[in-house]
Order: sequence, then structure tokens, then C-alpha cells
Amino acid sequence: MQALGIDALFRGSNFLRLLGGLGVTLELSLISVIFSILLGIIFGVIMTFKNPVVKVLSRIYLEIVRIMPQMVLLFVVFFGTTRLFGWNLSAEAACVIVFTFWGTAEMGDLVRGAVTAIPKHQYESSYALGMSKAQTYYHIIVPQTLRRLIPLSINLVTRMIKTTSLVMMIGVVEVLKVSQQIIEANRMTSPNGAFGIYAVVFLLYFIACWPISLLAGHLEKKWSN
Amino acid sequence: MQEYLPLFADAMLLTLFIGWIGVIISVVLGLIAAFIQYFKIPVLRQIIKVYIELFRNTPLLIQLFFLYFALPKIGLSMSPQVCGALGLGLLGGSYMAEAFRSGLESVDKIQSESALSLGMTKFQALRYIILPQAISTSMPAFVANIIFLLKETSVFSAISLMDLMFTAKDLIGLYYKTAECLVMLVVFYLIILLPVSIVGSIIERRLRYASFGD
Repeated sequence: MQALGIDALFRGSNFLRLLGGLGVTLELSLISVIFSILLGIIFGVIMTFKNPVVKVLSRIYLEIVRIMPQMVLLFVVFFGTTRLFGWNLSAEAACVIVFTFWGTAEMGDLVRGAVTAIPKHQYESSYALGMSKAQTYYHIIVPQTLRRLIPLSINLVTRMIKTTSLVMMIGVVEVLKVSQQIIEANRMTSPNGAFGIYAVVFLLYFIACWPISLLAGHLEKKWSN
Repeated sequence: MQEYLPLFADAMLLTLFIGWIGVIISVVLGLIAAFIQYFKIPVLRQIIKVYIELFRNTPLLIQLFFLYFALPKIGLSMSPQVCGALGLGLLGGSYMAEAFRSGLESVDKIQSESALSLGMTKFQALRYIILPQAISTSMPAFVANIIFLLKETSVFSAISLMDLMFTAKDLIGLYYKTAECLVMLVVFYLIILLPVSIVGSIIERRLRYASFGD
């Protein structure tokens, strides 16, 4: 254990601090995911409109998110807008803004895909059966859309968790930053700390994301007919 | 601002160079992994499965930290350039493998059976029947993965590679020209990624004609 430097983890409350850091990451991603799902559903429904102005605007928004690395967006919001407008933005707030901006586009695209994937005959058959518009949506369209959508949005959660690892670069103290601090503080007593601690962080991320991916995969398989 | 342009240009070349090497590694790895899974080669298949799950469920930043800061402790040190390309390749390999595998599996079993019963050899069936269909189904995911990987190169600054992010951060720190540097950053990423995005959508549109059945 000494040689691998895992012993640094059990000194003092280091492991708890590391878990606390992971908590910060998870909390940030959870907040961003909730915002993105809510806004994304609205945005996705808006994208299904056939208004040309809406189409062009949403296309530009999607393309910006598709092309710009999240890190660049983080820098622009955290360093750029604060300098330009002179306001005071905490790093956490900047993260939530950027990841919501990113997640809304992703979620919106998923919603649009799920809605437009419903064939037209589903609407027509239910009208032919005498259902009203509300009934058609409630009994036919929304359940089918949700079945396609839920596994994909669960996947979005894991991607959000993975992307929030970037927040360390603008100075949020999360799991990676805490692990750096632990490694630095124990440099003398466990010189190989970097190996042990980073391996643990690697595994922690895996443990956080893997069950969620499994769940998404399971639901996708179960609901694909 | 003009005197910084060469700095950004150098950084862009570095990002492009390491990014595309990473993409090539990931395509090769992905192909190998996908074929191992498709042909259900024992033992190797389980190893590939662990690799894919491990790398799909962890962020690139952590993988790079592990490669660059942790591995030297057990006597395996690499330059940041090698780490960057390798990390990107390993991450991308797992994504590409999934894309290729789902493409291969989307081709109905009946297709290869019919090809074999028409007297084609196994290789011919793969070459003329399975692969063309598999490629056209996995193309959208393939293009999305390439864009994703090139975007992920922005993380390289964490392991002290002089990429675009690093240069921008450096210049902001040195001269406090935040707005200018950030604009340059955005512009240079656009130069890298816009062509890929455009070419990608053209390829996707052309391949859609090649979809079979429906």
C-alpha cells in the first residue's frame, strides 16, 4: 500500500474530504441537469414548430453548442462576461449557467428527435378512433415519446457528471482539486500519493457513472419494441 | 493583438495535430474492439468490455491526470504530447467501438445468411453486404464522436500542453486582455471545428441515400 500511495487516503479525514469533493461535482451536475431537462423540454417542443425564424435561431444555438468546447464556454462566461459587464459571478454559478446552456441544447435535440420520430399515422389512427386532441397526446403520443426519451435523458446525466469535471479549471474545489491538495500535503510521507489518489478518483467517477449508464441501457433495451 | 496571432496559430496546430492523432488511434482501437465484440472472441471480448465501460464512464480530464501524474509514480512516464494523444485515443476508442458495434449489429442476421447461401465466402459477405450497411448506419455516431473528441482537446491545457486554452489563459494572465483573448479562442476553435461539422453533415446527407430497406 505504501508504494502505491493509497495510505495517504486514510490519513486524517482525507477520504471524507475526497467524497465531499465528489459531492460538489454531483451537486453541480444535478442542478444543471434539472435545469437542462426542464428548459430542454420547452426548447425541444419549440423546435418542432415550423416557423422559419424559430428554425434558424434554434439551428444557430444548436450549432454553437455542438462546436464550442464546454471549456471555452466556461472561460467566456467566467472570465469574459464578468470583465465585460463588471458583475461578480461565482465559479459555481458560472458552471451552472454554462452546463445548463449546453444541456438545454442537448436535451432539446433529444426531445425534438423523440417527438418527430412518432409516425404520423399514430396521430391519424387515434383521431380516427374518435379521440380528442388532448386524449391523443395524453394516451398515445406522450407515453411513446417518454419511452424513447427517458433512457436518453438518463444518459445525459452521466455526460453531465463527466463534463462537470472541467469546473476544476476555473477554480471550483471539487474532487480533483481536493485530490491535488491531498497529494501535495502528503508529498513527504507518501511520495507515490499521486498514483493511489488519482486511481481512486478514477474509480470514484466510474462508480458514480456506471450504474446510471447501466440503468439507461437496461431501460432502452426494455422499452425498444 | 496582432503579435499574439502566431502564438494562437502555433497552439491551433498543436491542438489539431494531437487531436487528429488521437482520432486516428481511437478509430483503430474502436474498429479492433468492435470486431472482437462482433465475432465474440472469448476472453478478449471480456477485456474489451471492461475497457469500454471504464473509459466511457470517466471524464477525459481524470484519464489524463492518471496518465500524466499517476503513471510516472510506477515508472511509466510519458511526455504531455504522448499522454494527450493516448488519452484521447483511449477515450475515443471506447466511444468509436460502441458506434461501430451498433452499426454492425444493426445489420440483420438474414443479410449475412442470404449472402452465404448465395455462395459468397465469409469475407465476401462481410466486404460487400455487411460492412456497407454497417458503415452507413454508424456514420452519424462516427461524425459526432470526431467532433466530440476534437472538442475534448480543450482539456489538454491541464497537463501543460501549450494548446489554445493554455495560450489564452496565459495571455489573459500576462496582459489582462480578457475580451480579445477569449474572442481569439472562440474564433480559433471555430476554425478547427466548423469545417469538420460541415463536412460531417454533407457525408451524413449523402449516406442517407444509401440506407437500405425503408
